[in-house]
Amino acid sequence: MDKSKRPLEERRFSLLSLVSPIQFMLGIIVAFIAGALFLWAFQEDAIRAYSVLFKGAFGSKRYFGETLVSTTPLIFTGLSVALGFHCGLFNMGVEGQLEFGAMVAAYIGYAWNMPKVIHLPLALLGGAVVGGIWGAVPGYLKAYHKIHEVITTIMLNYIAYAVADYMIAVGGPMKGNSDLPASPKIMATARLDRIWPGTRLSAGIIVALLMAVLVWFFIFRTRIGYKMRAVGFSADAAEYAGINPKTMTVWAMALSGALGGMAGAVEVLGVHYRFFAAFSPGYGWDGIAVALLGLLHPVGVVAAAFLLGMLRSGSITMQAIAGISKEVISILTALIIFFSATNQTLKPMLEGAIRKHNLRGDEDPAQEKKHEG
Amino acid sequence: MTTAIEMRNIVKRFPRVLANDHVSLTVEEGEIHSLLGENGAGKTTLMNILSGLAAPDEGEILLHGTPVHFRSCLDAIKHGIGMVHQHFMLVPVFTVTENIILGNEPKRGFWLNMKQARAKVAELSERYGLKVDPDALVRDIPVGMQQRVEILKALSRGVRIIILDEPTAVLTPQEVRELYVVMRALREAGHTIIFITHKLQEVEEITDRVTVLRDGRVMGTAETQDVDEAGLARMMVGRDVVLHVKKEKHSAGEVRLQVEHLFAKDARGLPALKDVSLEVRAGEIVGIAGVAGNGQNELVEVITGLRNKESGKILLGDLDISEMTPRERMYAGLGHIPQDRQRRGLVMNFSLIDNFLMGFEDSPPFAKGPMLDYAEAKRFSRESIQMFDVRTPGPHVLARTLSGGNQQKVIIAREFRRDPAILIAAQPTRGLDVAAIEFVHEGLIKLRAQDKAILLISMELTEILDLSDRILVMYEGKIVGSFKAGQATPEMLGLLMAGSNIDQAGGQENTPTYRNGEEGGVDHG
Repeated sequence: MDKSKRPLEERRFSLLSLVSPIQFMLGIIVAFIAGALFLWAFQEDAIRAYSVLFKGAFGSKRYFGETLVSTTPLIFTGLSVALGFHCGLFNMGVEGQLEFGAMVAAYIGYAWNMPKVIHLPLALLGGAVVGGIWGAVPGYLKAYHKIHEVITTIMLNYIAYAVADYMIAVGGPMKGNSDLPASPKIMATARLDRIWPGTRLSAGIIVALLMAVLVWFFIFRTRIGYKMRAVGFSADAAEYAGINPKTMTVWAMALSGALGGMAGAVEVLGVHYRFFAAFSPGYGWDGIAVALLGLLHPVGVVAAAFLLGMLRSGSITMQAIAGISKEVISILTALIIFFSATNQTLKPMLEGAIRKHNLRGDEDPAQEKKHEG
Repeated sequence: MTTAIEMRNIVKRFPRVLANDHVSLTVEEGEIHSLLGENGAGKTTLMNILSGLAAPDEGEILLHGTPVHFRSCLDAIKHGIGMVHQHFMLVPVFTVTENIILGNEPKRGFWLNMKQARAKVAELSERYGLKVDPDALVRDIPVGMQQRVEILKALSRGVRIIILDEPTAVLTPQEVRELYVVMRALREAGHTIIFITHKLQEVEEITDRVTVLRDGRVMGTAETQDVDEAGLARMMVGRDVVLHVKKEKHSAGEVRLQVEHLFAKDARGLPALKDVSLEVRAGEIVGIAGVAGNGQNELVEVITGLRNKESGKILLGDLDISEMTPRERMYAGLGHIPQDRQRRGLVMNFSLIDNFLMGFEDSPPFAKGPMLDYAEAKRFSRESIQMFDVRTPGPHVLARTLSGGNQQKVIIAREFRRDPAILIAAQPTRGLDVAAIEFVHEGLIKLRAQDKAILLISMELTEILDLSDRILVMYEGKIVGSFKAGQATPEMLGLLMAGSNIDQAGGQENTPTYRNGEEGGVDHG
């Protein structure tokens, strides 16, 4: 490649990198339009619904704080699912990993007594490790016994739910003294600090953003991340190059599970300060949507988590003020996923348009043709 | 002879390519006309236009002297022009008969008239010697027969002009012979055949006339008998091409790779290797000839560690690698050009940078603690692209966007730069055009001159004969013959490959080990 070619190549690269954000935005816009049609079909005032929705998500400091509170666990679960996908694995068990992470973090939080610098990191780490182990089990079954991870992870979710219920049921090992089916409150030394007075927003969001950077770095810049991507795209080629697909599968599921575990831990240590049965309104499941909508890229995951967090907190206000059922938001979320999945077909069209644009003027077709070989 | 087709000044543009640049082609009635050119020369595009699959941007098509415009394949078929594509378009779970009548079903009221359909298939199959089993499911029949089904399908629609797009690419040498017989029968019956290929030998063997395309332009049309392979290659590539690589005399050194009494099973659990022993010395190319599916694949996989053996031993020099992982074998000096480059050799959705990294990711200078040094990887990629003349817009593009030849160059660059003491090259030129084949062959000869040991596995007899210092023949999981370079003829190898008794082929022995050198392991003479 001679030097005169280089700038051109770099430029084409940067233009093409706009394709994903465009795709992301298009999916959302079309979904909102389709959602409006749904609302009109049911005799609802869509404009009013949306304006209340946005007011509920951004209208006041408290509302915006709630949006970010919902965003936090979604970043973790989205990263968890995305990391699995990069190794070709569909982790549907984030919800279960999240339950275990929360349980263990809560236990360490109320049962142990130590200074904050150790207590808080230990509680977080405990949640991550146990979530990781819970994720590694389906990873092992997939790698060494060829049992599909979609089935095992879903089944393990039910076990996790049942274990969680048992722990805090009357007479359960983690049941607290109150009348609630919940664990005791965790010590102050294990709590994530509230970082925005007047809201419930905790330092958990900083941890989440930090993890997004770390996961990006891990997937795209480390040796093990490289190997996982190789296995994800082609296990046969990876094996040929001397990468062991089985080891990578177990590791990827373990790390994916660890992120799920952290989601639960941060939720307990930063928002509720105790473990109780239905503390997660399906953050694990929404993680799948976040990962797909975010096109499996950590930056996209953060953006998608914010969008879904906004919908979640806005919908509560929408129901309260406008009297529109918050199930409408479930429909809207589903539409967003649907359109971001279907607009994959736009990708070649967008790329083609950019190539055509590049071709115009400064490139000699004959030259280009040689590249095609 | 009358003119069947005339294509005049056809122009076809794609977003980044001028695929056909004022191409004119005249095909006479009842001839086998070859369209020859490298990959990407515009052959298939031109034929897609003729068969109604694509519309030309400029130019016209005359059929028996009258201008025609095809709006679809169906339209072209109605005019008697049909194409058999490289990738067959058959329904795997339908029978041969069902596939042939699909879209043109004989009916009896509401019902299919299967009796009439079967009779029609039998009649056509009889007339042109296209042997098929009318009731077999397409997924169960060999590729050669699937191709005959495609041809029958075209004939059953009354097609008189048949376009065959690289029909031999997927066939075994035996099946190629059978195809030639069919092609001649069709010509006898007055059909016109356009035969797309990039193999010179095939042009010489079967065609009446040949048109050469290069970079979307016609380089010339000639009577096949008036041109030779070298001349055609020059027209095709634009320069003189070494068709049969010349190798200096080079004496073999110590034994580098030794395989002893290897047994292994194939993917279905059937015995694939039955007591295979061989050795390869430094500075020597050992070629393994054989029809596909006789254990070559399993042999390569067992040696490289991708498949478990049942028993036996593999030695690199003195080092027993039988129980090592693929990565350990790679580090011990074993290089491997895999036969399936898109499945094994490359991660198609990886950039070239990531592909060049494969196998290097844990070694300096690329590994920096747990991290990868991508600046270094990029530099390495640019260097490799330049050294091995990979045609690409840059190292960031995905491997799947490159042509087959350039993909193979990426693999070869990576394996050569590993500097292996032993290289296993499985089908290194499959699907490549003459210029790329020349490149690969010269590369292998260069490695030999550097005293590397090379094990070459190929279905192409000419490749085996051109490159090898010794030739082994594999049949049904066993090595059934061994020759020194120059002693083997294609006929002898062909007979052994087909499972003939070695005595008929002119040999006499049957010891399981075939060694070079003093103990007289050259079993023929």
